Amino acid sequence: MSEQPVQPDRPWLMRTYSGHSSARASNELYRTNLGRGQTGLSVAFDLPTQTGYDSDHPLARGEVGKVGVPIDHIGDMEVLFDAIPLDQMNTSMTINATAPWLLALYVAVAERQGLDPAQLQGTTQNDVIKEYLSRGTYIFPPEPSVRLTTDLIAYTVQNIPKWNPTNVCSYHLQEAGATPTQELAYALSTAVAILDAVKASGQIGEDNFATVAGRISFFVNAGIRFVEECCKMRAFNQLWDEMLLQRYGVTDPLQRRFRYGVQVNSLGLTEQQPENNVQRIVLEMLAVTLSKSARARAIQLPAWNEALGLPRPWDQQWALRMQQVLAYETDLLEYGDLLDGSPVIESRVRELIDSARAEMARVEERGGMVACVDNGYVKRELVQSHTRRLRDIESGALRIVGVNCFEESAESPLTGGADAGIMRVDEQAEHAQIEALRAFRANRDGRRVEAALASLREAATGGANIMPASIECARSGVTTGEWSEVLRGIFGEYRAPTGVDIGGSAPTDSTAVEALRQRVRATGEELGRPLRLLIGKPGLDGHSNGAEQIAVKSRDAGFEVVYEGIRLTAAQIARAAQEEGVHLIGLSVLSGSHLELVEAIHTELEAIDAGDLPLVIGGIIPGGDADKLRSWGVKAVFTPRDVDMNAIMHRILDIIRQHNGLAETA
Amino acid sequence: MADTETAHTDIDNLAASVIDGRRSALAAALNLLDDRRPHRRRDAADLLSRLAGRRPARDNRLIGMTGPPGVGKSSLGAALIGVWRSRDLRVGVLAVDPSSPVSGGALLGDRLRMKTDDNDDGVFIRSLSSRGEYGGLSAEVWPMSLVMLAACDVVLVETVGVGQREADIAMSCDTTCFVAQPGSGDTIQFLKAGILEVPHVLVVNKHDMGQIASRTLSELSGAIAAEHPDGNWQVPVLATSANQQIDVEELADVLEELSITSRQLGRGLLPMRVRGVIGSLGPAAPAGDVRSLRPGRPGRRRQAVGRTRTETGEPFGAIRTLRRLVDEHSNRQESVYAQSPKLPAAPRTGRP
Repeated sequence: MSEQPVQPDRPWLMRTYSGHSSARASNELYRTNLGRGQTGLSVAFDLPTQTGYDSDHPLARGEVGKVGVPIDHIGDMEVLFDAIPLDQMNTSMTINATAPWLLALYVAVAERQGLDPAQLQGTTQNDVIKEYLSRGTYIFPPEPSVRLTTDLIAYTVQNIPKWNPTNVCSYHLQEAGATPTQELAYALSTAVAILDAVKASGQIGEDNFATVAGRISFFVNAGIRFVEECCKMRAFNQLWDEMLLQRYGVTDPLQRRFRYGVQVNSLGLTEQQPENNVQRIVLEMLAVTLSKSARARAIQLPAWNEALGLPRPWDQQWALRMQQVLAYETDLLEYGDLLDGSPVIESRVRELIDSARAEMARVEERGGMVACVDNGYVKRELVQSHTRRLRDIESGALRIVGVNCFEESAESPLTGGADAGIMRVDEQAEHAQIEALRAFRANRDGRRVEAALASLREAATGGANIMPASIECARSGVTTGEWSEVLRGIFGEYRAPTGVDIGGSAPTDSTAVEALRQRVRATGEELGRPLRLLIGKPGLDGHSNGAEQIAVKSRDAGFEVVYEGIRLTAAQIARAAQEEGVHLIGLSVLSGSHLELVEAIHTELEAIDAGDLPLVIGGIIPGGDADKLRSWGVKAVFTPRDVDMNAIMHRILDIIRQHNGLAETA
Repeated sequence: MADTETAHTDIDNLAASVIDGRRSALAAALNLLDDRRPHRRRDAADLLSRLAGRRPARDNRLIGMTGPPGVGKSSLGAALIGVWRSRDLRVGVLAVDPSSPVSGGALLGDRLRMKTDDNDDGVFIRSLSSRGEYGGLSAEVWPMSLVMLAACDVVLVETVGVGQREADIAMSCDTTCFVAQPGSGDTIQFLKAGILEVPHVLVVNKHDMGQIASRTLSELSGAIAAEHPDGNWQVPVLATSANQQIDVEELADVLEELSITSRQLGRGLLPMRVRGVIGSLGPAAPAGDVRSLRPGRPGRRRQAVGRTRTETGEPFGAIRTLRRLVDEHSNRQESVYAQSPKLPAAPRTGRP
């Protein structure tokens, strides 16, 4: 009996989230990755671009080109896609608050390449709601942000029909601690908020609304509990289908398909024995590919060394090869859905659907997703979940290989090289970017820029769709900072609730916690007043999970904690420390800008006669930088390796005691 | 030098620097008032008496703002700060947050809502935990507000209040402003039941909520007594929207008029404060403990004054000094006020 050749399914889009230093360097990386078999692009922008600042803005200092590519104007965007014909590319852009602007630049570059923008394919993330909850690159208050989101959706549905205008993200919710139920509930509640807003905007006719629903896609996380994650994807499928049919009356099943892309979990990647991350990533990829009926449309994998620092091109190549082996070597794509009909899977999916519905109802009762961002409900729920997770790791109830079990390890040959296994961004990149930006500004037609900005202002205040004016700004040589500044002036800026105001831990806590509280109290008594800490998150980096958890833990340990959320300036941190009379400053930096930021804060502290305050820092900080920071007087450097929160608290107490001349033990 | 607080061992210098508006000195003085060690408490009492002597706080205003959680007090505070700064007044803020009854720890996090300009030396914010005095003011608020008054033109004390404990803030401040939530009947119930001491100003915040806010506004206007117990004037009921800057200027004007009115009514600021200090010295108060320098209820206050006069021990020296200064100051004040032009009455209600 001879076997029939099977025609396998077409694989998902394979991408790698990348971009760094400059448009030129990123372009080279993209072309290399495409040459290695990557089938789409996923652009990482740097934090100034994501938060609407030009590279020479004071807040951008130290951040230019760090976590992504800096794009200041159309010139940068042109270089980024140099020799990459946009009509043949499927480009995903992780961009939110400034999404209309980056899409405008993409359209303007397509025009310069002589293409019809209507042919463009790709995705703008364009989900600001989750930025308030997790990633932190929001700018404006929720209401105008949702308006910008809907403007982009309405524009692309009418003018760039193959574009995915928004990627509703549950990814970052899981990174912020969400359980599968919370991921389902909050992502779908976000989609409801967006669809309702599109409807209310009146930009889309009744007959066209199903098309909008059909263009909404999702960006989902996949964690290590891969069976449950598999069920989560199936639950998403069903819930979305039902919601579009029942709530929005979308009758065409094709338009009700749950289309999603994935980046697998970064939260669970460890600094200890980092090679183990490879098998974690592969297992997580299985969760979103096994089930044909709930398979991802696009996958990007993190690199094994993300918890150490920025991945090098070779690390990214390795991540791409994982996808290629699964898609091209295994027989996965030759079969129909492997899980249909499994009673085990079905029952778990049912449970997830029921619990997600219940949580969505709670959100709705509280006024819907946008209201629940503003009143802090969802953020508090997430911080609560994350706190539970960390307590479980601490107690050993949640096992992480190499972290709280099987910790013994031979020395890794992977991290031993001259570069310590990570990439360093070119130190000169920021300077070069600023020089180029200034030259660009000097050479453009100032009157055309002014006219374009005036039209933008008019559209923003008058309520016209923001896209046409933004595209004209892009063509005219307006910069990222100028575009954002106009809108900041009209919409104002926003600070999202921090969510750390959750209930304390129960009095039945472990003896270790009681001992810690006792020591905090005793040290406070010896120093005459309750111990006070400032937890500061300087710079533009919005990844606040670590800072939030330290703030909650310190409060539970008995400290009086000043925590103000993300994006603080060095001056704000220094002044707050002084005005609040704190005993120690703790900083959290995950963007790689720790050296520049610590230097700036130190300068500010000196300027107000507070240079003597002890400073500690936590973040993704390579060993060499940690040594440097300590030589500058930073009292302790914590990294993802430090998972024992009680130990961190004791270390902080040691530092306070030593600094104030108290005996070592209390 | 181990801690900033030990940088100012000389209390005279510290007092002078606070009055000069040196921010590091104000920070150190607040740390000192927080310090429970006996020798530091003596220093603190010393500092207070020196400050009271050096800077008669005649023109300074101590304003309390309270109301239920989530009503937008911080945003309203921020808007007020903006108005005061535009009038070139230096502003101090004491913001009180609840503490955890289990660990004693607290999360203090409303500074950024209050302060918009990083480089403005004219705003100084100290956050305080309620330290077990759940829903009320921590014992440190009272002495700390006195120090802040020495350095600032306006001091705002912000606290979460949900009922009876507003009494605390009403006794601590010259002017109390209660911020109510549109659509919430609680405030009205409290007023009717006599639980809520009558504030000097009632504010319905988030007026941009439209009809609900208008209804709350008219209900409140109906619920309060015709006259404030402090004197024969009507309690203003205002509507504001801190987010949209509606009517915050008007609120600032009303607060200004009220502090003038309350001076005219003999509720002079410094005398009032020291009456409060004396009133707080019940039998339970440890001698010389500045942390106990807080106002009591009016009935207790009179009794306590009697007791205080019989005291001769040194620990009350600072308080006696304060008291003497107050009396002198009150006499001077009368002559000043005799020449004041007639002031307009406080507005009866805000805009609907």
